[in-house]
Amino acid sequence: MSVSKEDVKHIAKLSKLSLTEEELEKYTNNLSEIVNFANELSSINVENVKPTAHILDIKNVFRKDEVEASYNREEILKNAPSKDAGCISVPKVVE
Amino acid sequence: MDLYSLTLTDIAKKIKNKEVSIKEVLDSVYSRIEEVEPKVDAYITLTQERAYQKAEELQKKLDNNEDIGVLGGVPIAIKDNICTNGVKTTCASRMLENFTPIYNATVVKKLEEAGAIILGKTNMDEFAMGSSTETSYMKKTKNPWDLTRVPGGSSGGSAAVVSADMAYASLGSDTGGSIRQPASYCSVVGLKPTYGLISRFGLIAFASSLDQIGPFTKTVEDAATMLNVIAGYDKMDTTSANLEKVDYTKALVNDVKDKVIGIPTDFITDGINPDVRKAYDEAIETLKNAGAKIQEVNLEYAKYSLATYYIIATAEASSNLGRYDGIRYGYRAKDFNDLDDLYVKSRTEGFGEEVKRRIMLGTYVLSSGYYDAYYKRAQQVRTLIVENFKKAFENCDVIMIPTAPNTSFKFGAHNASPLEMYLEDIYTVPVNIAGLPGISVPGGFDKEGLPIGIQFISKAFDEKNLLQVAYTFEQNTTYHNEKPTMKEEK
Repeated sequence: MSVSKEDVKHIAKLSKLSLTEEELEKYTNNLSEIVNFANELSSINVENVKPTAHILDIKNVFRKDEVEASYNREEILKNAPSKDAGCISVPKVVE
Repeated sequence: MDLYSLTLTDIAKKIKNKEVSIKEVLDSVYSRIEEVEPKVDAYITLTQERAYQKAEELQKKLDNNEDIGVLGGVPIAIKDNICTNGVKTTCASRMLENFTPIYNATVVKKLEEAGAIILGKTNMDEFAMGSSTETSYMKKTKNPWDLTRVPGGSSGGSAAVVSADMAYASLGSDTGGSIRQPASYCSVVGLKPTYGLISRFGLIAFASSLDQIGPFTKTVEDAATMLNVIAGYDKMDTTSANLEKVDYTKALVNDVKDKVIGIPTDFITDGINPDVRKAYDEAIETLKNAGAKIQEVNLEYAKYSLATYYIIATAEASSNLGRYDGIRYGYRAKDFNDLDDLYVKSRTEGFGEEVKRRIMLGTYVLSSGYYDAYYKRAQQVRTLIVENFKKAFENCDVIMIPTAPNTSFKFGAHNASPLEMYLEDIYTVPVNIAGLPGISVPGGFDKEGLPIGIQFISKAFDEKNLLQVAYTFEQNTTYHNEKPTMKEEK
């Protein structure tokens, strides 16, 4: 399997990235090269092998639902690119 | 001898014995930074004001004969993807250029509780994606051993500051070798602990099942001291392991007589630089002469680690970096038509080339139609690699391989092919895939005088064995005593 220009256009859209024609060309080449390299895994027999998501033997970690002091609203908002009336401001979403 | 050139252990002792004041130590390190930083460019942010304030507080305590902690007064640097309360944490990205965390990462909290003083934040590959620190949006960090070459990456700044005596120790993060490889290129000690041993709370996520924080130090002894401070369970990280506290400095014993060292001959193949190969063979001799038993082990699946890694790591990254949308924090584009346009423009302008490449690769391997062929298969191969290591450790205590197949390269050497750069990680990624601890120790120099690192790997949570072998190797060699030239060589 190789990566086509159409594939890259599609995944750029999914990734919320916009590419120039030149970048599209470049990324198509790069990704094809990397995906071709990754294809070496297809030669390995993985029948009945369980997938590993992470290596620790930990599942659902629960803790008590307790009220604790949290961060200061004003402090949090300092990092917001745009704010208004104690809230993060965004462009209109609903018409 | 200048104060800045001492080890962490020695300077901590001098401070505690009141042979030097903490201010004198800070003066020495900051004047060293003033002298060397213009050549090396390893720091993104310096925090003098806070550092001197902290020094004063600690000195008062010390003068009152109060305990100031194991790292009392010792200046340390932090990689710029680890959150520091009130100090910019940029991930070397335009996306987070103006991001100032309102909390400390658990590791930073632990360091400060142990008396460490934060000197500043170090340069890195953008979002820790790279093996040379060249993908940084901020600056180009140079290798102190040859300023025309890269320091390695992604924690290149953290490796360079320790190598160039601009900090006694530093923290880095290692997702596929980002501590060990730059440690190797800069001739310092770099430790990537077992996944789960150190809290990742406050570490800006790249690939969550692989990321781990660890120290850069001048010696193995210093690494053990740092590990004592930063290891431990944290309820803020659900993947943090709840284990009994271990004193890692107890492992600092110069003895490998009852140790079996595993040599994976089937994994060390042709792609390796002959000088690295030679240093590796000499390392085997060193440990043999120190009384260790050398045992060939089989790691037949390790060679697939790289492909596995670049699928799993990018998949996780594409998901983790979805949070950068220009809304709550980080970069927001100036002009946009609607919400979707805001997302696209903010991400397109905020991320650099390598980050975009990895987000897209990760999106590709997770997209419908390719998920089973790539992502799921990579997770299955991951299981085979984990089993492979388990089996190998039935026959040995610690595995030894080179840290990287080559020594440091020139800037731009791998610009044409990202894949070529990825191949530099061949010896470090298997450790992350299997979640094991690994350490790079100075192990020699190539014909041009560039550093070579030797890597030791142990079972999960077996850092004691790991450190004992690394310490013995270090004590029976002299490479760690060499200092960089800070010149444009060759």
